[in-house]
Amino acid sequence: MTSGAADAEGEQAAAGGHTAYAPLEHHTRRAVVRQSLSIGLATGAYGISFGALGVASGLSILQTMALSVLLFSGGSQFALVGILGAGGTGSAAVATSTLLGVRNGLYALQTSRILDVRGLRRLWAAHLTIDESTAVAVGREDRRAGRLGFFVTGVAVFVCWNLMTLLGAVVGNALGDPQRWGLDAAAAAAFTALLWPRLRSRDAAATMVLAVAIALLTSPVLPVGVPVILTVVAAVVVGLSGGGRHERRAEVDES
Amino acid sequence: MSTWTVVLLASGLAYATKLAGHLVPESWVEGPRRSRVLTLLPVALLSGLVAIQTFGGSGGSLHVDARLAAVGAAVVLLLLRANFLVVVIGAAVVAGVLRAMGWG
Repeated sequence: MTSGAADAEGEQAAAGGHTAYAPLEHHTRRAVVRQSLSIGLATGAYGISFGALGVASGLSILQTMALSVLLFSGGSQFALVGILGAGGTGSAAVATSTLLGVRNGLYALQTSRILDVRGLRRLWAAHLTIDESTAVAVGREDRRAGRLGFFVTGVAVFVCWNLMTLLGAVVGNALGDPQRWGLDAAAAAAFTALLWPRLRSRDAAATMVLAVAIALLTSPVLPVGVPVILTVVAAVVVGLSGGGRHERRAEVDES
Repeated sequence: MSTWTVVLLASGLAYATKLAGHLVPESWVEGPRRSRVLTLLPVALLSGLVAIQTFGGSGGSLHVDARLAAVGAAVVLLLLRANFLVVVIGAAVVAGVLRAMGWG
């Protein structure tokens, strides 16, 4: 649906003689759409684990669905139900979810330049700004291909993620006792899998070690949910110290 | 806060964050230090969540049980480049089997 709208816009602009908006070549379009749909299916599939965890955490099917439709950001959704399920306060759940969502705002800084959309389409584009759509948009050299990829990926993930959340919520509801099926362990595994691709740098590894220490040391003495928010300190300490020295040294080397 | 309030408030804030990125000038988050902290933010939060979901019990107490074995299995699967769903289901199966055998 959205890709069709992007098409119409591309053709309009092309008629006006603006080469930057000329329609994409057929094989490029097909390649972009194929890549986007496969990412949509693969990502959407794990909506089933979110749906199951949502109801296992005590949310209704409707509340679990509302998160996938309205919040639409996997990490934040898992965090929110994880903290509520562990008995954390609502404010701790909202704070952690929002802090994890900060990265979407950073993605939007990049994608808004590629997309260059206005009005209602911008409101919709904002909602679709997540890890996967951003990766496809910035991974394409041709801006038109990036734009097409952003919308097709975003819509594909949105549709699959929501259908699979519903399926997971219904199945999870039928399963009963979440512990018996290892669903609480599935939450820990889900966070591990979300963290995994982000651990490429030394700074990231240092942040992880510090964050785990902060969370475990403060957990017995602070309200549930607060230790996770406190891990922000790890990002600030490592971000402001470690890498900074390397970069300054690199600058000196260059000059 | 009712669960619905939590759901809707978190959703509203998530959307506001995304929209803000589309509206504010990029210079607001420029600078190597600021961007490094922002890049490490999800790493810190997800690490904290892994730790608490693995060891955390009622009232913030810490326990070693089937969940630790499950996370170990998840790491092995990630090292083998398994996809997300396989990792999550694999971990759940490990925890479920261990509990069925009476451990953790």
